[in-house]
This record gives sequence, structure tokens and C-alpha cells, in this order.
Amino acid sequence: MGSKAVLKVTNVLKTFGGLKALNNLNLTVEEGTVHAIIGPNGAGKSTMLNVCIGQLTPDTGSVVFDGNNITGLEPHEISQRGISRVFQTPQIFEELDILQNVMIPALAHLDGQFTFNAIKDLNHRDDIKRAAMQVIEEMNLTDQLHDRAGAMSRGNKRRLELAMCLVQKPKLLLLDEPTAGMARADTNQTIEILKKIKASGMTKVIIEHDMNVVFSLADRVSVLAQGTIIAEGTPQEIRESEIVKEAYLGGAKI
Amino acid sequence: MAIFSVVVLTMPLWLQPFGAAYPDILQKFVIFGVFAIGYNILFGLTGYLSFGHAAFLGVGSYTAVWSFKLLSMNIVPAIILSMIMSGIFAIAMGYVALRRSGIYFSILTLAFAQMCYNLAYSVLTPITNGETGLQLAKSDPRVIDRLFSEAGEGLPSTTLFGIETSGYSGFYISAVIMIIVFYISLRIFNSSFGLKLKAIKANQNRMRYLGFNTKPYLLTAFVISGMYAGLAGGLLAATDPLAGAERMQWTASGEVILMTILGGVGTLFGPLLGVIIIKYFENIFSAVNQLDLHSFYAIFPTWLENALVAISSLFVGEGWHMTLGLLFMLVVAFLPGGVLEGLQLIYKKFTAYLANRNKNTSTQAETKQETGANHGE
Repeated sequence: MGSKAVLKVTNVLKTFGGLKALNNLNLTVEEGTVHAIIGPNGAGKSTMLNVCIGQLTPDTGSVVFDGNNITGLEPHEISQRGISRVFQTPQIFEELDILQNVMIPALAHLDGQFTFNAIKDLNHRDDIKRAAMQVIEEMNLTDQLHDRAGAMSRGNKRRLELAMCLVQKPKLLLLDEPTAGMARADTNQTIEILKKIKASGMTKVIIEHDMNVVFSLADRVSVLAQGTIIAEGTPQEIRESEIVKEAYLGGAKI
Repeated sequence: MAIFSVVVLTMPLWLQPFGAAYPDILQKFVIFGVFAIGYNILFGLTGYLSFGHAAFLGVGSYTAVWSFKLLSMNIVPAIILSMIMSGIFAIAMGYVALRRSGIYFSILTLAFAQMCYNLAYSVLTPITNGETGLQLAKSDPRVIDRLFSEAGEGLPSTTLFGIETSGYSGFYISAVIMIIVFYISLRIFNSSFGLKLKAIKANQNRMRYLGFNTKPYLLTAFVISGMYAGLAGGLLAATDPLAGAERMQWTASGEVILMTILGGVGTLFGPLLGVIIIKYFENIFSAVNQLDLHSFYAIFPTWLENALVAISSLFVGEGWHMTLGLLFMLVVAFLPGGVLEGLQLIYKKFTAYLANRNKNTSTQAETKQETGANHGE
């Protein structure tokens, strides 16, 4: 495991009115690790991801990705640098079919910035179609290739969104509760898929409530409460930490 | 595409029974067809509802008439210039309006178009000739034409290298142009550019988070559709060299929205269908009078005839707006995909019915055979 920091969030403060959603947040994600972030509802987990992808600009502090300061950049610029995010509610193109949904992100590195490439016909780009098909296959969506994405089940929508992010081969993948609201079988399938991606060495930040998922995937775990990290360590350390039990689990046994 | 071209070019023939086969309305069908095709590129693909496209139509018309006045009566420079001018206007308007989306975008475009309309009536009178409208005059310079020939007697007419562009030839020239721009829009719809516009319509935020700078995409679509509108304006001036500010009023923008929605938003043929329906109503239904109605219902007894005429006359003549309004309400309420969706439904039902009937008749035949065998006939 490398020791190079891929993502470094330093002293980030973000307030909504009087509420400090992020209060001097510091977080370092190392290359090649799966970093889980847990914490009670309203702790600022999703806000932190929103700051990382440029949806929100922090009031103070900085976000450094891969050695470059990305604070205040536009979402599309940040995405072009290699951060992809899977949202809590799947953000897909509901009116388009599955192949199109995956083809579009596959094209982003070619014509995200508007050039004449953007007008060229996409049927000629066999390499892109092949890349898209491969990811769709990995997600077991091949048999629904020409179905309208909006008509799929929630679990499939999540897998589709994951495919859309993976086809971009991001350096950092942010996952916001990838198993929330899923049936047991779907959750297990998602864990299998995530383990497969983990083997590829892609750095991931994962927000999750399901402790099974966290402890079976994560290399490191940070606990977020009231906008700050209150504990950080290996899954084993976190499981045994008294502070965590107090703040997050209310003293209950895991 | 070949079928489409044939259908368009034979319009004078197959519209004969509907009483719509005279050049004036045929020209309107195809010219507003260009307008609606262009509008559909913006509204149908990106979902941005512009209330200002009439401004481009007006700009196109004024530019074309100025080209007739200053350069040449040939329509080629007029049309090219009107597309360029409306393109420039579209860049300016799109740059500002596309900063917002949804209702704010619509309001900004509406404000811009109304501004153009009011300017055309007031400050810009030297350019637009205000209420009278911009017209040709004998004393116009026409620089390019003068190089080749002396000014003739009377007002010259618009030509395409010697072919007059009014009447049927005007229709055919416009129709060919419409077929070309329809082909271009077909290519846009099926290209990766079109796909990305559809994706922006479906989920613009997702596009941003995937690394797409969506603004240039939207601006390009906006400018393309603005240039289509300018082309339509240029063609209107080419078939009838006169430009007035009323072409820019918001009702004209509303009309193209009606056409697109009525026919079917985001479909290729829908907007054209919408144009034909609306222009047909505007020109034919509005011309029907009491006498026509009486002759139409002549086979009924007099009292019934009078009653029917009384009812029907609400919907024709001056009342054509009511018919159109009712039709529009019905379409929006029951066929969100427009008239085109309705036609597709009917076609599907019809083919299903045929298939069913074939099956029924064949099973009937089989049972007949069986019974026949049993009875030993």
C-alpha cells in the first residue's frame, strides 16, 4: 500500500446559515486504499463529498487532489482530473438506454471540453463502445442493454451509476452509501463487485451505514461527528474504540 | 429520407383535396417547417424552452430585406446573411440566457425578444422602418445587381439566379432548403452531439459531474436553432420581400412552441406535422363562412341544418382559434407525445387488429374444416 496522499482535505469549514456542517475537517486518503467514513445522520458525510466534487465551495480550507489544489474548481474540471462519485440516490440519464448511459461518460475525456470531437459520430468509436460494454458486463447488466434506464430497479440503477463512474477509470471513486435501501442479496452482490474493484487498486472513499460492508471492505475508517473527524484507524481499532461507541453507536455492541 | 423528400415535393398534389394546394400556404408550410425543425433542436433535445425565437425570425427577415435593398435581389446572399446575423444575435442572447435554466431561461429569452420587438418599433426605426415595415424601393442601391445590369422599370422581384422566388417556384426552392435542413437535423439527432444534448436534458448535473462542460453544448444548440429561425425569416422575406416588427412579437414565439408540442416534442417529424396543422387551421378554417357550412350540411332537414351551422360556426371562421385551442388541450391532456404519438398509436392498434383478424379467420377456417370433416360434407 502506497503512502502517497491522493486526497487531502485541510481545515475545511462549511456553514449553512448558523449550522456548521463541516467544522475544521481534516482528512487524508492514501493511494490505493479503501477509506470508509462512518458517522451518525447529519454528521456532514455527504457535505464532505459535495465539497470534494465541487458541488459546494468550502468557506475556508482547501481540498488537494493528486498534488493539485482543486478548491473552488467547477465540477466538470474536478471530474476531468479523475474524481468520480456515486450518489446516494442514483444520478443517471433516465430517458436514455443503458448502453447510452455508459457511452456518454466514456466520451467525457475526449470531448468534455467542447471541441469538434463533440460533433463527430459516436458509432465510429469502437474502442469506446468496447470499454463501455466491458464495464456493463462486469456489472451484469448486459441483458438489459437497450432498456430505458429509468425503468430499472433501484439496485440496477445503482449498478448502472457505478458502471458510469468506472468506465471513466477515475483515480478516486467516491461512493455515497452504495448499499442503502438494498435487499440483502443485492447488498452482497454489491460487496462482491466492490471487492473486485478494490483488487484493481483504485482509491475509494466510501460512506456507509452497513457495518458489514465497512468491515469487509475498508482498509481505514474515519468517524465523522458534527463536522469533524473524531476517530480514525483500522477497522479493528475503530470497532474497539470507546469514543466511537459513545458517539456513533450509543454504547451498543456491534 | 427519399420518401420524405418525395412527400414534401409532391405536397401541391396531395394537398389538393384539402384545398391547401396554393403556393402561399405551401410556402408557409415549408418555411415554418424550417423554423419548427430548428426550434425542436433546442427544445426537443435540450429541454430549454425559449420564448424568444421569433426575434431570430425577425432579424432574419430584416437582414434579408436589407440585402435585397443594398446588395442584390438574388436570395442567396440574403439567406446567408440572415443566417449569419441571427447566429450573432443567438450567441449574444444565448450567452446571457443560458446562465439560467428552467423558467428563468424562458423569461430571459422572452425579455430579449420583446426588447428587440420594441426597439424595432422605436429607436431602431431608421433600420426597421417602424410600423410600416421594411419595404423595397426603386431607389435602392443594389450594388451587386448594378454591376451586371441597369435598374429596370418598376420594382424588381426576388430571384434565385433568374428564377422568380414567388409562387410555386418559391415553394419548391423553400422545400428543397427545408429538406436539406431536415437532413441536417436528422444527423444532429443521431450524432453523439445529439446524444449528449439528450443527456443534458435528462440530467444536467450528472453531465457536469461526469466531466462535461455543458454550457458550450447548450450554446451551440441554441445558436444552431437560432440560425434555423433566421433562415426561416430570410425565406419569408425571399418569398415576400417585406419585413415587419410583428414577426418578432412573443405570440410568434408562442406559435412555434405550439407547433412543436402539438406535433410531438423531440421527434423528427412531429414539429412539421404541427406546422401543417396550425397553418392549415390558420389559413383554411379561418376562411370557412356560413355559406360554406350551409352547403356542407345541405343534405339535412332545414331545422337540423340551421342548428348544425349555428354550432359549427363557433369553430370555424373567426372561431378557428377555439378549434385549435380545444385540439391543443386534447393533445396535451391525452397525448403528451403530440399528434405523432397519436398516429403511431393508431398504426399500432390497426396492425394489431389486422394480425388478430388474420389469426381469427385462419382458426375459423380450421374449425370449419374440422366440422366439415365430421359431417362428411
